Amino acid sequence: MSQFTTLTSKLIPLPNNDVDTDQIIPARFMKITDKNGLAANLFFDWRYNADGTPKADFVLNMPQHQGSNILVAGDNFGCGSSREHAPWSLTSWGIRAIFSTSFADIFKGNALKNGLLPIEVSPAVQESLLALTEEAPSATVHIDLASQSFTLPDGSQHSFGIDPFAKICLLNGVDQLGYIQSHEAKIAAFEMAH
Amino acid sequence: MTPKTIFQKIWDKHVVHQDANSPAIIYIDLHLVHEVTSPQAFTGLRQRGLKVRRPERTVATMDHSIPTVPLSELKVFDSLAMAQLDQMATNANEFGIRLYGMDSPNRGIVHVIGPELGFTQPGMTIVCGDSHTSTHGAFGALAFGIGTSEVEHVLATQCLLQYKPKTYEVLVNGTLPAGVSSKDIILALIARIGVGGGTGHVFEYRGEAIRNLSMEARMTICNMSIEGGARAGLIAPDDKTFEYLAGKPYAPQGAAWDKAVAEWRTLPTDDGATFDKSITIDANSLAPMITFGTNPGMGMKITDRVPDPDTLTDPLAKSALDKALRYMGLQPGEALLGKKVDVVFLGSCTNSRISDLRLAAGLMKGRTVAEGTRLLVVPGSQEVKKQAESEGLDEIFKSAGAEWREAGCSMCIAMNGDQLQPGQYAVSTSNRNFEGRQGKGGRTFLASPLTAAATAINGVVTDVRTLIG
Repeated sequence: MSQFTTLTSKLIPLPNNDVDTDQIIPARFMKITDKNGLAANLFFDWRYNADGTPKADFVLNMPQHQGSNILVAGDNFGCGSSREHAPWSLTSWGIRAIFSTSFADIFKGNALKNGLLPIEVSPAVQESLLALTEEAPSATVHIDLASQSFTLPDGSQHSFGIDPFAKICLLNGVDQLGYIQSHEAKIAAFEMAH
Repeated sequence: MTPKTIFQKIWDKHVVHQDANSPAIIYIDLHLVHEVTSPQAFTGLRQRGLKVRRPERTVATMDHSIPTVPLSELKVFDSLAMAQLDQMATNANEFGIRLYGMDSPNRGIVHVIGPELGFTQPGMTIVCGDSHTSTHGAFGALAFGIGTSEVEHVLATQCLLQYKPKTYEVLVNGTLPAGVSSKDIILALIARIGVGGGTGHVFEYRGEAIRNLSMEARMTICNMSIEGGARAGLIAPDDKTFEYLAGKPYAPQGAAWDKAVAEWRTLPTDDGATFDKSITIDANSLAPMITFGTNPGMGMKITDRVPDPDTLTDPLAKSALDKALRYMGLQPGEALLGKKVDVVFLGSCTNSRISDLRLAAGLMKGRTVAEGTRLLVVPGSQEVKKQAESEGLDEIFKSAGAEWREAGCSMCIAMNGDQLQPGQYAVSTSNRNFEGRQGKGGRTFLASPLTAAATAINGVVTDVRTLIG
């Protein structure tokens, strides 16, 4: 898994509530048996016209957002299907952190397993981040996972919560399977008893 | 002893280990696998040199990308889908997993065949790389969807890391009026709490109206728990549950059955147990429901009118509704009753079981699908298809002008060629009305099988109560 320690990036506004994983990566792009090619299909139906040309008014197509790594989304990001193709496609495009007031459970779990940091903020902070993308689009936000904080361009610092276990995995770039495997004796004992 | 909820009882029995500041390691009794969300997990096993720890607790099928037209009649088959199906067969063979593949008479939608074959049992923990795994909660199992990394974890260790979710009581009192079914209960719940209302929680559906539902109707409700944002949804097992399971191929038999039933009877939530959250729904006041927007929470009574974004104050909520109505091509204040519908889809893991087909066929009998409307009927499994054919339901649908298909997810997820064309309107018995879910540019109204059948007959959105007098 990709390590996550700190990240400094401009923000990409996506002020939509309830962005579902069918929008993030439409199901027709899930007929793959690997994880390749997903960046090109991220938000496909919001991103491209019927003739395949990019929609100029969609944020991911705007020149000023190329190379940015942080999304600021509306409430309840990632609802719907359990497809891990959603975080795979977001990270392969370059998104490494998402601000929202809430995340759907399965998406959040999938994101944390792929080096993608979901950061829950209050509606007021969400509003100020969205305002920042309009007022100072080239300003950057600095995220520091170890101290669980992010710093806005005005120097103000905000803290955020994260599952402590996922935090350790992200900081070290290790996946969770090894932890389960390290409890092999307990698993075997459980199976014997049941 | 402290009274416990059914969720708490199942959870406690499955915790293998718990460290401080870490998720619990929970044991998984049944792992269901399908072709779309598993290939990368098997690749992971190969790369790490791992085996499937408990192949006998793992069951695979092909449902998402499989065509519903018989292969013999299919002119062109998507090569990517074919490669994915082939990969599922290869993986099952290599890792020694039971597979209900292309030619199996028991093949079907994973959430239909699990219960049908008796794999799904009360008190179990059940996972699948599919959010509608919540369906199996109808049996009093703790069942939920997982991502592909977790599919790999479970294949390798039969365990999963999970933080304990909170509990949410959904109490449904009273009696459902005629023409109103379990689909309407769940659509009404989600319309009330929203698509994020259950986040972090496990629903327990309780009350008289739930107890009176058949097992299949209970599956419909639990299936859509995820559409309310819940981790899972469950219903305590009772005699109906045991009757349904008795004699199923993989249900316990003989003395083992009696022992199992005795244990299952201890599962229901104890009197006095408390929930983190609770909501009450009066079944008597429910009506057939329909969605008007682009998520399952944007629903209303079929006789209501499309809401007006200008009545909302929250700017994000207002723009979400505005965007949804633009996508759907609807005006604030518009009635959906009488709206022309191009396609009616009867199928999906929500509503493709034999009782769903019987309800719809009962209404279709002696009637025809309206000119200019297409009715696609896709049984949830080959077993459901066979049963329906033995009852003559296929003849009712076909003589009414409907298409009668092979089992699969079909137009619910539009991965297999069954899809809406841009701009088309559909009434669908499936679970998601997201933009493009049933085909790019397609516009979905979610509803019950009865509403779907009534709409197919009239060619416009119809209140089934006007047809059942």
